[in-house]
Amino acid sequence: MLGFQLLNGFTFAALLFVVASGFTLIFGLLRIVNLSHGALYLLGGYVALAVSGWTGQFAAGVLAAMAAVALAGLALDQGLLRFVRGYELRQVLLTVGVAFVLNDLALVVWGGDTFTVPTPEALTGATEVLGVFYPTFRLFVLAAGALVFMLLSLLIHRTRLGALIRAGVDDAEMVAATGIDIRRVFLGTFMLGSALAGLGGALGGAFLSLYPGADAEILVFSLAVVIIGGRGSLLGAALGALLIGLLNTFGQVWFPELAYFVVFGPMALLLAFRPFGLFGRPA
Amino acid sequence: MLSVEGLEARYGGARVLNGVTLDLRRGEVHAVLGRNGMGKTTLVRAVMGLSSPLVTAGEARLGDARLTGLPPHRVARLGVALVPQGRRLFPSLSVTEHLTLLKPAGARTGWTMERVFAAFPRLAERRKHRGGQLSGGERQMLAVGRALMADPTFLLMDEPSEGLAPVMVRALETVVAQLRAEGLGILLVEQNLYSALAVADRVSVLETGRVVHAASAAAVASDPGALTRFLGVH
Repeated sequence: MLGFQLLNGFTFAALLFVVASGFTLIFGLLRIVNLSHGALYLLGGYVALAVSGWTGQFAAGVLAAMAAVALAGLALDQGLLRFVRGYELRQVLLTVGVAFVLNDLALVVWGGDTFTVPTPEALTGATEVLGVFYPTFRLFVLAAGALVFMLLSLLIHRTRLGALIRAGVDDAEMVAATGIDIRRVFLGTFMLGSALAGLGGALGGAFLSLYPGADAEILVFSLAVVIIGGRGSLLGAALGALLIGLLNTFGQVWFPELAYFVVFGPMALLLAFRPFGLFGRPA
Repeated sequence: MLSVEGLEARYGGARVLNGVTLDLRRGEVHAVLGRNGMGKTTLVRAVMGLSSPLVTAGEARLGDARLTGLPPHRVARLGVALVPQGRRLFPSLSVTEHLTLLKPAGARTGWTMERVFAAFPRLAERRKHRGGQLSGGERQMLAVGRALMADPTFLLMDEPSEGLAPVMVRALETVVAQLRAEGLGILLVEQNLYSALAVADRVSVLETGRVVHAASAAAVASDPGALTRFLGVH
């Protein structure tokens, strides 16, 4: 039973990491608390549902979700957010508004029913790990989360684009003064972060299922992950996701009445002593 | 020539520059002196095109090109580089990454990382270190090296001697003199009068956002009283 719950915690953490890594990239570099990130996740889920339904290919659904949500991110950034650059409160309010609009649109198109993105044959069923039979698709999500962590780590720490992103997190103004068009780095990062929300939606749509309101749940968890990990920190997001994933799973098992407290209590405690999170720095 | 004409700028409601006019030629060091709060850093930021302060009148030009109104990366690409107050290195980037941020390896002309390392051998020894792990002098060298990687013709240096040990201030003066000899025009913003006079060709004094005194360094050297009156130092 413990093995099963541990796996539940780890696999949920992997899904949270995929979503929260995109959130922390955008938050870290652009200083935008993109409260439509959850709505982008849900949009990704619905796109994956539609495309994998048409094509019969789960992989096509995942790729379509990433591409569609990256484009939605492009439209959001260039169509709306660029007019409120530098005004944090307006950005927050704007993205809340976008989340409401996307939600209503999803309700019109897909209705209020619960859907699950169909998974490919190879990933259905169960696999034996740690002495328990565990859903294969959830193990796939765990592997996908680990892969996303590795690829993002390589991107951020081993490439010039990654150095630009890190420098922008440190001091965007100096990056611009060095001769780099920081707005293009911003846009690329926003699209990458959005694509990760789309990937999260596709995976989460098969893992947790899609329904109106699923966006708000994942958003609140992602917010907690990023706040715990520290703005813009990939490693922080990974550790934050593990912590939240495990606390949420064991909280629901051991203290079902206090499940939210078990997740957000430690977060509040951590912030009291490390206001910028585990790996965050003051702006 | 980099020229600033009648530049006025404000932060919110507070007007900081009240019509600054000065110019900077290639191969000279023009020191801008003034007490705290007189608009020296604001002048540098306004020329660089940083988002604050807001320029309300006047302009900065580089030859025929108007700099005012351009975003900072365009100003930088036209050949104006900034060594900002407080260095402002990127704490999460290594020395090497600071120097390769702008240009990918192998796509460089003019200043290369190797040339920066030749000019500042200490940086070569510390190439794997992060910005936050360097000493004060090394940080300033890296801030200068980072600016040079853009192959500037004009360098804006904002209080480079601030917080440095005297021996590092001397080393910095040597670097400034070398860069001038290579044809760079350097706008040297300083509170440290003596460090500025050691390398400057011309001196302008800013007070409440305008130039109240301009003279050649030679004239200042023969009559230091004129300058110290404006700066309130003795």
